[in-house]
Amino acid sequence: MIAIVDVCGGNLRSVEKALAAVGGDVVVTRDPEVVRRADKLVVPGQGAFAPFMAGLAERGLEAPIRDAVARGVPYLGICLGLQVLFDESEEHGPVRGLGLVPGRVVRFVPPHHDIKIPHMGWNRVSAHAADPLLPGYVDGTHYYFVHSFHAVPADPARVVLSSEHGERFCAAIRADNVFACQFHPEKSQRAGLALLAAFVQS
Amino acid sequence: MLARRVIPCLDVKDGRVVKGTGFVDLRDAGDPVEQALRYDAGGADEICFLDISASPDGKATIVDVVERTAACVFVPLTVGGGVRAVGDVERLLLAGADKISINTAALATPTLIDQAAARFGNQAIVVAVDGKRRPDGGWEVFSHGGRTPTGVDAIAWCREVADRGAGEILLTSMDRDGSGAGYDLEFVRAVVDAVPVPVIASGGVGALAHLADGLAIGGADAVLAASIFHYGHHTIAEAKAYLADRGLPVRRVDA
Repeated sequence: MIAIVDVCGGNLRSVEKALAAVGGDVVVTRDPEVVRRADKLVVPGQGAFAPFMAGLAERGLEAPIRDAVARGVPYLGICLGLQVLFDESEEHGPVRGLGLVPGRVVRFVPPHHDIKIPHMGWNRVSAHAADPLLPGYVDGTHYYFVHSFHAVPADPARVVLSSEHGERFCAAIRADNVFACQFHPEKSQRAGLALLAAFVQS
Repeated sequence: MLARRVIPCLDVKDGRVVKGTGFVDLRDAGDPVEQALRYDAGGADEICFLDISASPDGKATIVDVVERTAACVFVPLTVGGGVRAVGDVERLLLAGADKISINTAALATPTLIDQAAARFGNQAIVVAVDGKRRPDGGWEVFSHGGRTPTGVDAIAWCREVADRGAGEILLTSMDRDGSGAGYDLEFVRAVVDAVPVPVIASGGVGALAHLADGLAIGGADAVLAASIFHYGHHTIAEAKAYLADRGLPVRRVDA
């Protein structure tokens, strides 16, 4: 069973339906016990960093997620689900993150008028490393992004995919059993569904 | 670099697509979900539903349409038409829409933009602006589906909605809408230059060249069209191939 962790409410339907469409046995949950029992975790997130961290604490989800990651349970983070893995975010902060991956989350600094924030839309990525969740990956694939902040891993070797929006930024990371992407695979049509299918089958 | 987006728009009334369609092989050409699926598979970067239902029943129906679409379409979904309050925005977002477009209600109550953006994030709030050329220059905003003049200057209104938190502006030229004569490129350019948020050009597309002009000359971030795709004159893939040939960065699904 794959647990989609409902940290802050909001619309998790797209993630749920996309995983189900590629054969995932999914449950959307905010119950720490369900998270503890899950074979795999998906942590999607939208909105701001601080309320998301508060949601983890209030719902008692922080410890079960930490334990699962430590036990080697496959973790797929999406958008904020990537950002909260890091030590801290600049967003209305600094705000402390989970600290599971060394590094920070910073705001885009647009160099000119044509670079708009939030970074919203389809952007090409470049691969820095092969990954089991990117089978048959073709360089230059477009994924759908919506965000104003991006992660800067302390160890550049963590970066699996990068993209460019006024500056080159981290689009996906791998740290052992943790894979997390800044883009939304559930909104990235064929390319996104392929990633989710690989996660379901992994 | 961000791809320029191509967005097919479907007019939905009481749960059915209003305009005709060139998709002859659809089981039910009037079903918005099936048409959205077809656009999704064809490479649409986003899909837009404009609900033109007048009745309360129709308003309830669009929520169901959005739910069923979000269950099988895996590109962003924008929904507009008759959105009056924060509760309407929330209902549609929870049904699975990614962005909600507000038009007349934003003119009546501009603070609705602030409230909705604060609650759901700028990225979820699109303000639709329908403008018409003034004889003495500039453009005037029209409300109620382009029927009612407001006296409001369109460029000033676009600046205001961006300041209030609109994440995007859906800009329609009432002069060009339905004409097939192409976007009002001066209008698009004037708004693109005036606001820091993405602009979607709308109204008037009759040929693929018009899409390219909206992006290359108008400077729009995205182009929206209805008839050119509905009536099967062109597919999304043809539009993408044409735009790529014109040197515009687009997402190709056939590549």
